[in-house]
Amino acid sequence: MSALLHQLPSSCQGYAPRPSVPQQGLKGSAPQVQCRPTRILSHRTLAQAVSAPPAAPEKSKGKDKPKQQKSLTPEVAKDLYRDMFLGREFEEMCAQMYYRGKMFGFVHLYSGQEAVSTGVLRAMRPDDYVCSTYRDHVHALSKGVPAKNIMAELFGKKTGICRGQGGSMHMFSAEHNLLGGFAFIGEGIPIGLGAAFGVKYRKESIGLEGSDQVVASFFGDGTCNVGQFYECLNMASLYKLPIIFVVENNLWAIGMNHPRATGPSDPNDTEPHIWKKGPAFGMPGVLVDGMDVQKVREVAVEAVARARAGLGPTLIEAETYRFRGHSLADPDELRRKEEKEHYAARDPIPQLKKAILEGNILTQDELKEIEKDVLAEVDAAVQFAEESPKPDKAQLLENVFADPKGFGIHEDGRYKYQMPGFSSGNSALV
Amino acid sequence: MQALLQFGRNGLRQQAQSKYLSQALRGYASKELTVRDALNSALDEELARDDRVFIMGEEVGEYQGAYKITRGLLQKYGAKRVRDTPITEAGFTGIGAGAAFAGLRPIVEFMTFNFAMQAIDQIINSSAKTLYMSAGTISSPIVFRGPNGAAAGVAAQHSQCYAAWYSHVPGLKVLAPYDAEDCRGLLKAAIRDPDPVVFLENEILYGSAFPVDDTILGKDFTLPIGKAKVQREGKDITLVGFGKMVGYNLEAAKELEKEGVSAEVINVRTLKPLDRETIVNSVRKTHRVVCVEEGWPQSGFTAEIVATVNEECFDDLDAPPERVTGAEVPMPYAANLEAAALPQVKDVIRVAKRCLGR
Repeated sequence: MSALLHQLPSSCQGYAPRPSVPQQGLKGSAPQVQCRPTRILSHRTLAQAVSAPPAAPEKSKGKDKPKQQKSLTPEVAKDLYRDMFLGREFEEMCAQMYYRGKMFGFVHLYSGQEAVSTGVLRAMRPDDYVCSTYRDHVHALSKGVPAKNIMAELFGKKTGICRGQGGSMHMFSAEHNLLGGFAFIGEGIPIGLGAAFGVKYRKESIGLEGSDQVVASFFGDGTCNVGQFYECLNMASLYKLPIIFVVENNLWAIGMNHPRATGPSDPNDTEPHIWKKGPAFGMPGVLVDGMDVQKVREVAVEAVARARAGLGPTLIEAETYRFRGHSLADPDELRRKEEKEHYAARDPIPQLKKAILEGNILTQDELKEIEKDVLAEVDAAVQFAEESPKPDKAQLLENVFADPKGFGIHEDGRYKYQMPGFSSGNSALV
Repeated sequence: MQALLQFGRNGLRQQAQSKYLSQALRGYASKELTVRDALNSALDEELARDDRVFIMGEEVGEYQGAYKITRGLLQKYGAKRVRDTPITEAGFTGIGAGAAFAGLRPIVEFMTFNFAMQAIDQIINSSAKTLYMSAGTISSPIVFRGPNGAAAGVAAQHSQCYAAWYSHVPGLKVLAPYDAEDCRGLLKAAIRDPDPVVFLENEILYGSAFPVDDTILGKDFTLPIGKAKVQREGKDITLVGFGKMVGYNLEAAKELEKEGVSAEVINVRTLKPLDRETIVNSVRKTHRVVCVEEGWPQSGFTAEIVATVNEECFDDLDAPPERVTGAEVPMPYAANLEAAALPQVKDVIRVAKRCLGR
């Protein structure tokens, strides 16, 4: 198990900006690696994306950067940096705790993809909805769920956001409109769409004027081959629902490389482009550099505004990469070192740091202060989780039904839940 | 990575060689085979035996199987017979069902049977009913296999036992192996069978090793579908179970023996068609029965056993038939609650004693 740690790209351990790997050199050393060319499309407006899909990928990353990006305000920069840094540190701490046996089962970490969660969710309102997958810790953090309650959930403790009943893949928080972490591929898409339907219904059928929330629905490249994805694109467009579909294309569905699983959307294409499926369903499709939080944020702001204005859904494909295996149980044998290095060089956290310092938005000291604060928060989360009590045994039979009469009637005529000791819980039938 | 692939390709042979070597050094010690290697060797032999047989599913090829059950098969039989699919349970299960109608013998691997819920329509409506609907003209020789039931710490959506669901359906055969012998004999029989077979493995058992002999390792070793096995003989009480619960029942029997109770353990092996005779004969002998399953109690598999016993040998019973089942809750994540939600050996012992009036 500890061998896994050594396989990690070194960027997972520190945040010093690394020199980018030149595309040429990468191709020269390993021609069979299927690295996607870096495409920067966030400068296209959504309207443009619908009417005129980008013709050719832009090879050079540096070319359009200076003129395209608006500078961040110090407040926003602080918020984005803090959220991404927290996401990374939280997940790296999870890995440590998993290897120490503090958490168990399947734990899927988000390291490397932070720009997507932060870029989208920190551009939304607290009352907007989010629907996630089994890789859900960082979405929950970005949505504002306290780190300590997520950590306690992972430790299987009573103080976890789901009192230890959900675990890593099933983070829910009604308070934060976090609709859940769903473990099945594509399962969350109709759930998120249902929430969007509810928002529109409350406004149009019940007449609640303030009902203008937007749903962010996250899922991966592998999910885009599941039927529910297509059924939901159709219905989102048909009903013009306030939702943004965010595809976190990290190139790998466990060990299945994206081009091995997905066919092209255009006869002239030689590789798959998920964003092109948007226009086919009558909604904008946008490809964005998912390793650049500012670009993700720019696209998200526009898509959320469209949705809130009643103009319907948007499909966003964020090109990203996970720095670790599919889960902590994945030996990660199929992804090539060159590919990992290519994306490690585009680590979103040092990228943002560099942009903040170069743009004189925050000082080195201010960033250090944020980092110190986050590290303390993560340590406190571990301590909180460690010190929290396990769930009571009585909890076993709670929450199965909203109305405990659902357990049925006992032989003596009383409801079963009224029997003494009913909730003490035992696997043997009583 | 090259080294790892190398291991994948030659791993089995190397392992087998070193096993034989260590056995030679140890003298006459019996051979052992893990459940994982038993399943792998059964797949390997059947792929070699019949070129209509192919395996498809998520991560069965390049990844060598999510649980490494298909390790080395891609290298041996190529990508056309060991086929990686996208994450489309309904899609690839449907393709498998259609291929079976067209005369092939697909083996569809589900990463876990929990995911097979997304393909339940293809398993039941397409595979199980077609022979009947087509008046016997279109058969569906297909195997659906993968881990079923609770693993450890994977919570509600990954920890469900589907034994009762599938064994409810006419047209399906449902097998649940316990040890290496079961895995080899039943999987090979399933692949050769002309009907759709649901093959319920258990993730926790994959790494467990069991003794095997030359008969079990033989290329043509199969076990009859529809026949239970008396795993341990006894005279005071019958413990009935399948899969991992057979192991629990054996442990419970060992403990009960210390207290002078002789328990008979029945490994059901085939859940559908159910070998009622073996179970009933055992209860006629012991007059008491405890049925154990990890699944939920209502309409559960053990409910069927209890009904069978009541219908066929009620007068032979000295005590009401008992059940030990999973608690009727979605599987909680926290380790203490998870343990409380699943049958444990101590539960089997406690309920057996209650049944014995002790």
